[in-house]
Amino acid sequence: MSKKVLMKGNEAFAEAAIRGGCRYYFGYPITPQNEIPEYMSRELPKRDGYFIQAESELAAVYMAYGAGAAGGKVFITSSSPGIALMQEGFSFMCSAEVPTVALTVSRCGPGIGGIQPGQADYFQATRGGGNGDYKVPVFAPSNLQEGVDLVYESMDLTDKWRNPVFIFADGLLGQMMEPVVLPEQQKFVEPHEIRALKPWALTGYGDDDTKRNTIISLRIQPEDLEKHVEKIFKKYEQMEKELVRVETTGIEDADVVIVAFGTMARITKEAVEILAEQGIKTGLIRPISLWPFPYQAFDKITSKTKVVISAELSMGQMIQDVKLGVNGRFPVRLLSRTGGVVPASLEIAERTKKILEEMGG
Amino acid sequence: MATHKMFFAGSGGQGILLMGQMVGSAAIHEDKESTFFPSYGPEMRGGTANCTVIVSDKTISSPVIFESDCVVAMTLPSMLKFEPTLKPGGVMFVNTSLIHQEPKRDDITVYKIPVSEMANELGNPRVANIIMLGAFVRVTNIVTQESMEQVIHEVFGESKAALLDLELKAFNLWKG
Repeated sequence: MSKKVLMKGNEAFAEAAIRGGCRYYFGYPITPQNEIPEYMSRELPKRDGYFIQAESELAAVYMAYGAGAAGGKVFITSSSPGIALMQEGFSFMCSAEVPTVALTVSRCGPGIGGIQPGQADYFQATRGGGNGDYKVPVFAPSNLQEGVDLVYESMDLTDKWRNPVFIFADGLLGQMMEPVVLPEQQKFVEPHEIRALKPWALTGYGDDDTKRNTIISLRIQPEDLEKHVEKIFKKYEQMEKELVRVETTGIEDADVVIVAFGTMARITKEAVEILAEQGIKTGLIRPISLWPFPYQAFDKITSKTKVVISAELSMGQMIQDVKLGVNGRFPVRLLSRTGGVVPASLEIAERTKKILEEMGG
Repeated sequence: MATHKMFFAGSGGQGILLMGQMVGSAAIHEDKESTFFPSYGPEMRGGTANCTVIVSDKTISSPVIFESDCVVAMTLPSMLKFEPTLKPGGVMFVNTSLIHQEPKRDDITVYKIPVSEMANELGNPRVANIIMLGAFVRVTNIVTQESMEQVIHEVFGESKAALLDLELKAFNLWKG
């Protein structure tokens, strides 16, 4: 086990991707994730990898599509408005079953918005803006160690499922520093090894091959396309069984249960302690996988609970999944800040108390 | 040990973020937990700069704070902004070379140090932050002098080795 180092979130995510085997990074600058392309431009060429600054986010996502189709291990990053431009590519890669790991360091919108942290891209990440029936697993770390571990693991998950995997960080996680233990370096895959590891990849004609692979997302015959969509949805069904990640604390005897992810979850943890000092038992459901969403975690909420609160840095997006999880058993309320405003724990505690009072207890 | 929450604040170019990062690094050397969160924006040199640093012996949940145990103010606007965040009994360090106004609070301890002038006397105005860091470490003991000197060796180790002696001298300048 290597030792703890103090790292900035963006640099830690970049290093985790390299250690997870990423050899190809394509990016276009945008705050608050600029340290990632900066780090990659410095580190990847030194370590037998390739960095390309694309001319746009659209170009970056299609460079990822190409390198992923050729069997490369690819990492791309951007922030909210840049991810919006990449959405088409995610749809294409899902259809063509091409792996890539994409990470957003989200900021606040809509529009160019601002550069401070936001979570108003929950829909963007979990519902996507690309066309057609497709799904992308989304993991949302709430501290840097978890971010490092998720990026590292996702470099493998994306190959295993032959589907893009998405990491949802935010401006606070990208910009903050905290100690992390970095995982060990995975061996880089050499081009001549790809054919054996990824028989589907575009490696050209081999010495004795008469047939080469094709990767397409165009299927002009309705029956063919239907069959293909059903095939990738079989995969999504399996992902829903295998990829659900959630942390729950104190929900069994809670007066109130707060649901929060990422940055909002770590601040809420401190609010839970403040509320405990005042005799209010607060449970926390922290979805780590935003898709597949941990709906099952809500079954453990008992009749002692008066209200379930969705705490978000948005005008309320995850709350739709929270309501699906609650399934009418409890009232659901929103606790939100937006525009880049990040509330302190005391504010979350006070607003939780107020919501609880409105519920008559 | 308790949890220490602090703000380092000043203007861009004063080495504010470096001070915060160095405190975080020193804490890691002592096997403590630490978080550092910078204000980030489109400002460059001359704009405002501040960072939140937490040092604790237990896991830190929120890196965002609403009250502080310690404030290091290198300019007047930063003192005005962060003095009200101090808990009663808190400690504030004031760069009196640039701050000619008295703090308002009487329930905190204030250390008034003309670090910009002291840095000029040392021959390099850029070490004002390190002089202040020395005062911060010796007064608060949130991290030890030894671990901070180790961090100074790391930060000014290779590419900036020419600065190392000056930085160590600056760090040890303020004796109280």
